[in-house]
Amino acid sequence: MAARFVGHALALTARFITAVRADWRGIEPVAKQRVYFANHVSNADMPMIWTVLPVHMRRQTRPVAAADYWLKTKLRAFIGPEVFNCVLIDRRPEARSEDPMEKMLQALDEGSSLIIFPEGNRNMTDDPLLPFRAGLYNMGRARPHVDLVPTWVANLNEIMPKGEVIPLPLICTVTFGEPIHVAEGEGKDAFLKRAADALVALAPQEPGGRA
Amino acid sequence: MDRTTLDILLLSLGVFVLLIALTMLGEALRARVPQGRTNPVVEAFMMRVNSWWALVITLALAVLIGPVGVILLFAFASFAALREFLTYARKARADHLSLALACFVILPLQYLFVALDWTGLLTVFIPVYAFLLLPIVSALRGDASDFLGRVAQTQWGLMICIYCLSLVPALLTFDMPDGSDRSILLIVFFIMVVQFGDLFEYYAGRQFGRRRIAPDLSPKTVEGVIAGVLAAAVIGGFLGWITPFGMMGAAAMAALASFTGLLGSLVFAAIKRDRGVKDWSHLIPGHGGFLDQLDSVIFAAPVFYHVTLFVWG
Repeated sequence: MAARFVGHALALTARFITAVRADWRGIEPVAKQRVYFANHVSNADMPMIWTVLPVHMRRQTRPVAAADYWLKTKLRAFIGPEVFNCVLIDRRPEARSEDPMEKMLQALDEGSSLIIFPEGNRNMTDDPLLPFRAGLYNMGRARPHVDLVPTWVANLNEIMPKGEVIPLPLICTVTFGEPIHVAEGEGKDAFLKRAADALVALAPQEPGGRA
Repeated sequence: MDRTTLDILLLSLGVFVLLIALTMLGEALRARVPQGRTNPVVEAFMMRVNSWWALVITLALAVLIGPVGVILLFAFASFAALREFLTYARKARADHLSLALACFVILPLQYLFVALDWTGLLTVFIPVYAFLLLPIVSALRGDASDFLGRVAQTQWGLMICIYCLSLVPALLTFDMPDGSDRSILLIVFFIMVVQFGDLFEYYAGRQFGRRRIAPDLSPKTVEGVIAGVLAAAVIGGFLGWITPFGMMGAAAMAALASFTGLLGSLVFAAIKRDRGVKDWSHLIPGHGGFLDQLDSVIFAAPVFYHVTLFVWG
């Protein structure tokens, strides 16, 4: 109940500041099982994608997020697992008890959709994307029927750059591209390159333009 | 019920009748389209009419609430416009704090000055003090690349999205010659003549426009602009009774507002072309963004405000 309420409040705040809008370019906004894989420049990425999903889709979509971040404080432990219903995975191999891929596949097998950030870390460089981790490929191989949807979040690096506290009100667009699948016999590197290209292709031509 | 409220209701009713007529016209056109098909021109028209309903109802409610409603409505419009402008403006990471100050401090302060009727301060606050302060904040972060370009674009955003727009509710501070509270009707008058001028310019320009004013920038034509300004003057004349201008004076003020507004949208066409933008956003279906809807209001507001104050005050 409280989680539901906080969720609506967060979505409303995101809309007020960024007027965030979805561009359903390659898929329809229907509750089909999907893995949304997105670029990652800011901690606000995931809430933005979550906000533009219609409520019935939001409920069956679980963001995959880092346990070390979301369990750090009590507030985060409420917002991450409760409000966003995150699938929490441990990024530190030496400390973890469960295999992250197992947890993600389990969530998929329960019928959930996932939001993942295959770059693994926030992108602080001038390149559009960091190299993808293998997880997306392994997931696509293990559950070939699930649509892998490239999802580009635009403008967030200007709305809330790392180290800033106050978000700037700028318009944010979340673009969903056409789903991709791992092809028969396709290698890891070839697939990850194809996935990254499909994602970058969704980026606006001139994103406001930093000087 | 006092006379001002009655007049507001009467005007709203008049516009509602017009919108009902347009909605029925649209539905009639829809009915002529064969079953199972849609005509994109009719649908676009209906989308615009539907947005007009929302805008008219919002404005009517704000005016009925009174000065506070109007000031809050325009403060929100400023915020939405600035959000659209800054999205496409040039900025660097060093500008983050100054832009945040613009949105969350300068903007509310400007509308506070309007609410408090501090006329002296509200006319110099953004053009002088924000103009000096924000570059200081950016400079302290020490990034000199394209500095002048960046601060100039920010200042432009502040001038058009906050300063010019805030001069619409600033009309509330105009002292009516008869000492009444009817200055709020001046805002209704101003918005109506500018928007009707735009509308007539658009459809007249499409129907019989020939000579383009600035062919590389915008489809606006000399014929369209003349039709728009004339229509605004006629409507302004008819609405003269809600203003202190008299009938001829109201027609002249309406023509002036509409003309400056239409020139303003030409400037906005140039800005959009420069930034490679088609619509500023998608927040008003069928119209684009707040800036697309308000471009002429923004340019007409200072002229209308000052002429009202100095000629009729």
